[in-house]
Amino acid sequence: MNDQESSAPIAMASMDDTARADLAIVVLGIADDCMLQGHRDSEWTGLGPILEEDIAFSSMAQDELGHALVWYNLLAGLGETRSPDLLAFTRDAGDWRNAQIVALPRGEYPFSLMRRHLHDLAKAVLYDGLIACGVAEVAVAATKLRQEKKYHLIHNRAYIERLARSETGRGPIQAALDELFPFALGLFEKQDAHDRLAAAGFIPSQALLRERWLDVTCSSLAAAGLRPPAHRAEEAWIPDVDPRVGGRSGRHVPEQVALLEAMQGMFRSDPEATW
Amino acid sequence: MYGDPTADFESDSKPDGQDAMPHYSREWNFDPYHQAMAFARRRAPDHASADTEWRVWEVFQQAKRGEHHAHVGSIHAPDAEVALVLAKENFARRGACVNLWVTPADAIHATDYEDADVFIHTTDKLYREPAGFQGLRSSRIQGSSRTTEAKGTST
Repeated sequence: MNDQESSAPIAMASMDDTARADLAIVVLGIADDCMLQGHRDSEWTGLGPILEEDIAFSSMAQDELGHALVWYNLLAGLGETRSPDLLAFTRDAGDWRNAQIVALPRGEYPFSLMRRHLHDLAKAVLYDGLIACGVAEVAVAATKLRQEKKYHLIHNRAYIERLARSETGRGPIQAALDELFPFALGLFEKQDAHDRLAAAGFIPSQALLRERWLDVTCSSLAAAGLRPPAHRAEEAWIPDVDPRVGGRSGRHVPEQVALLEAMQGMFRSDPEATW
Repeated sequence: MYGDPTADFESDSKPDGQDAMPHYSREWNFDPYHQAMAFARRRAPDHASADTEWRVWEVFQQAKRGEHHAHVGSIHAPDAEVALVLAKENFARRGACVNLWVTPADAIHATDYEDADVFIHTTDKLYREPAGFQGLRSSRIQGSSRTTEAKGTST
């Protein structure tokens, strides 16, 4: 890591073909995470717990779609010929590389809030790592997107802390955490392309990202009075549950099919239409 | 309902003779909904719990450091921290903003529209405004230019 942080970042065009292909795989996974997180959270538009939070949550959902667009656009420089629209609206479930967590149905509000929080923390940790690492275009994108994560985390924390200390809120928010934690670990699913890039020093390893995420996530949730399904062993947090993986190789929760039908239906009805 | 929520209340609650000296002591809420709620509460205190919403906060946004904060609207929130969180996405997600203020709406005191006549300028106040001095200034400039001309012709 330290070597990479001190060396000048390399442009994507200067990477060899294998590394570029690997980076395309990793970036597609990040983009798909953002796209479906944004879509799921947009399902709260008009249904939010109060008007002001409806607007805030919907606005953050739009942020995620914006983040997805940044990553889809980046793929053009890595040999992807399909436009962001085609990537988002014409692929079947098996071709998506998102982690399973973002496709889970929105559930009750505490569930959506906790899902967003666990994912926001994972992306914040990832973007911090990408900023410090070796690919110029990726670092630029990560810097921009990391900035917007700051507010997302302030927002989530404000609500989670209040739910956790209220009589009626504690049960639902803890239940959401228990249910989502294995899926959140799936955001760090082992991926050969990621491992090769990490070995070459282009991006931080999944193991390192996961360790940082566990630390910041479990420590802050425990401080808020919740019980993350993990225990402390010396300095590190060790999960007590197995990760729900498969998303990065195209195995998804059954609900993703219906999600994609709802999200892609309009576009697929006339893919040639100009909007 | 939103027209003049305090009128009815004022007429039957104020002790006789108190109007002899006009004053600004009427309670006032910034937004019409809560004006009406405040009125309803005073009319029927037992039904105050009919309003189960979070309290109202007024939001002030500063577009640039050093500029005035400007009132941009109001929001519901349980406390100041959540009010700031919600104010950001509700008011500052498009326009320029470097700083937000929130304050409980009921901390704001306002004049009454019934007393709006105190703001009316009944006599010509032009002489008190900067523009009132313009004639004087231009006549001085004309005077000085005439002097210059006079000098010009004399040389």
